[in-house]
Amino acid sequence: MDRLPKWADILLIPAINLLLALLVSGLVIALIGENPFQAMRIMINGAVGSAYGWGYTLYYATNFIFTGLAVAVAFHARLFNIGGEGQATLGGLGVALVCMMLPWPHWSLALPAAIIGGALFGAAWAAIPAYLQAKRGSHIVITTIMFNFIASALLVYLLVNVLKVPGSMAPETPRFPEGARLPSAFEFAGWLGFTRSAPLNVAFFVAILCCIGVYYLIWRTRLGYEIRAYGWSQPAAVYAGISPYKIIMVSMLISGGLAGLMAVNAVQGEAERLVIDSVQGAGFVGIAVALMGRSHPLGVFLAALLFGMLYQGGAELEFEIPAITKEMVVVIQSLVILFTGALDNMVRLPVERMFLRIGPGKDA
Amino acid sequence: MDFSTIILLLDSTLRLATPLLLACLAGLFSERAGVLDIGLEGKMLAAAFFSAACAAVTGSVWLGLLAGCGASLFLSVVHGLASITFRGNQLISGVAINFLAAGLTVLIGQNWFSLGGRTPPLAGNARFQSITLPFADTLEPLPLIGPLYHDVLSGHTILVYVGLLAVPLTWWVLFRTRFGLRLRAVGENPGAVDTAGVSVIKLRYGAVLICGILCGLAGAYLATGLSAGFVKDMSAGRGFIALAALIFAKWRPWYALSACLLFGLLDALGNRFQNAELLGIAIPVQFMQALPYILTVVILAGFVGKATPPRAGGAAYVKER
Repeated sequence: MDRLPKWADILLIPAINLLLALLVSGLVIALIGENPFQAMRIMINGAVGSAYGWGYTLYYATNFIFTGLAVAVAFHARLFNIGGEGQATLGGLGVALVCMMLPWPHWSLALPAAIIGGALFGAAWAAIPAYLQAKRGSHIVITTIMFNFIASALLVYLLVNVLKVPGSMAPETPRFPEGARLPSAFEFAGWLGFTRSAPLNVAFFVAILCCIGVYYLIWRTRLGYEIRAYGWSQPAAVYAGISPYKIIMVSMLISGGLAGLMAVNAVQGEAERLVIDSVQGAGFVGIAVALMGRSHPLGVFLAALLFGMLYQGGAELEFEIPAITKEMVVVIQSLVILFTGALDNMVRLPVERMFLRIGPGKDA
Repeated sequence: MDFSTIILLLDSTLRLATPLLLACLAGLFSERAGVLDIGLEGKMLAAAFFSAACAAVTGSVWLGLLAGCGASLFLSVVHGLASITFRGNQLISGVAINFLAAGLTVLIGQNWFSLGGRTPPLAGNARFQSITLPFADTLEPLPLIGPLYHDVLSGHTILVYVGLLAVPLTWWVLFRTRFGLRLRAVGENPGAVDTAGVSVIKLRYGAVLICGILCGLAGAYLATGLSAGFVKDMSAGRGFIALAALIFAKWRPWYALSACLLFGLLDALGNRFQNAELLGIAIPVQFMQALPYILTVVILAGFVGKATPPRAGGAAYVKER
């Protein structure tokens, strides 16, 4: 069955898929009447050409690591969680409530509390679609999408009617107390050239810890084994005594919790208050990140970095070439999802044939 | 609530149900043939943009309709390639199509008209005009029937009537023609259809293309009938609500009509009663707006009866070798 060497499966095919996605994106840019090569240069330069660029690239990457891991964990149980957007929105609410609840003396105390708050709220928002899938068989893809819409309506209601600063017009919470402020890259890595404006903050390290944690969970624990077994073959897993209800609930709770953690970076680390759209599509980027990263934490990390560059580079692109709006990033992202996720066989089959012709692989 | 309010509500119910109905029937064809389509939303959005843009440029709503259907058909072919030819994951393909449409419409729109992703407002022949049904004015004075016919049923654009006629037509095609029989069979047991010497691939492509045309009509209605121009993300989850209606309707055309009318009514209620009060408690406007989504979840949860989807839905057919 496995005719491809591992490196081809993990590196070559995603690379070709990515190249195809970029090629079509370049075509789109050319059709708009701009030069795709110049656009590419502006994007790369804007994303990694300066400490300023890196400060934003890594900040975005942090968001995408959280949402990418969220989608990846659910993927291992063959659940397609499109609700990262809503779960991260609710995670933002959890983080904001925790940050405003106490006059935090120091960020090292506020951070763990905010992590718990964000994860709990995100997990709670994933719990309902998970329960409906496990017990009532309702399609998790559509229920999670509906929960995205409901989450945004709920947040608008809360920000307009409950959490708003009295007398203010803006639908946002007051600024979090000084003690809940997370150190930014300027404070812990200013010697690398990061300026005060760089939104990168210590949540980046939380994201890396989550990558390691997810790796251990999926490949080194009994629960992870059960999740993978269930995702591989549901009848076999049931035969082996694995409860589908438990797997669906647990993997979706972890998934929602990870998506909720994104708020630690975006709400506590960057905005330092809860605003209407703190997630800004990161929940959806998570799908592309997980697909590109083959649901492996290391892959998710690298794909998140790539998408971080894309987002920061895309922002520069919008600034330099006004004809290209920020939706260009959405287009590139959708093409990545299309080529790596849905059209995978289009590349895989010819590559497999090529390897067969060269000679039988060792594990053929 | 007086009689004239009810008439107004029913009128906007029919208006708002039409895009859902067309999208729902689109999904019906696709899913009955065993191809799940999460991408209804994106196809509608793309059709909405291209119909409005083309109508704005040419001044003809019919050319707009053609362009809208073309855009939707193009995305259908992409979905067909991914899920039929290359046997990819149908859900992921649908999600990609939704994002592609959301991004491209704004990008091209900004490049074309420089109005922040909108199209210019449409007027005159660039919009579908409302049609007065025969005898509407003569029958108006009649009690009950008169207003119902004159104000609710008459006075819509042609696509509303196309949507209503598509329901019996869908029923007839699916349950009274050979093509329909094979299409349903391919959604239940593609192996049997293949054994009978009928091409599974051709049938599924046929269903996916019909789905594209219907989504094109739904999107064109959205931008050139219901509103006068394209606005960013104007499909606003209607594609997903159509999918919920499809499940509610258990993949049957007439039930689809009633499910879509129900969602249309909810939408109309949400628009009309933004500051409703129930038992002395003011219901927040955000709740009214989220109501169709909440109801979708309730329906999907099966609290209104269990629905069994076509058996081969979501799985690509691999010919025995």
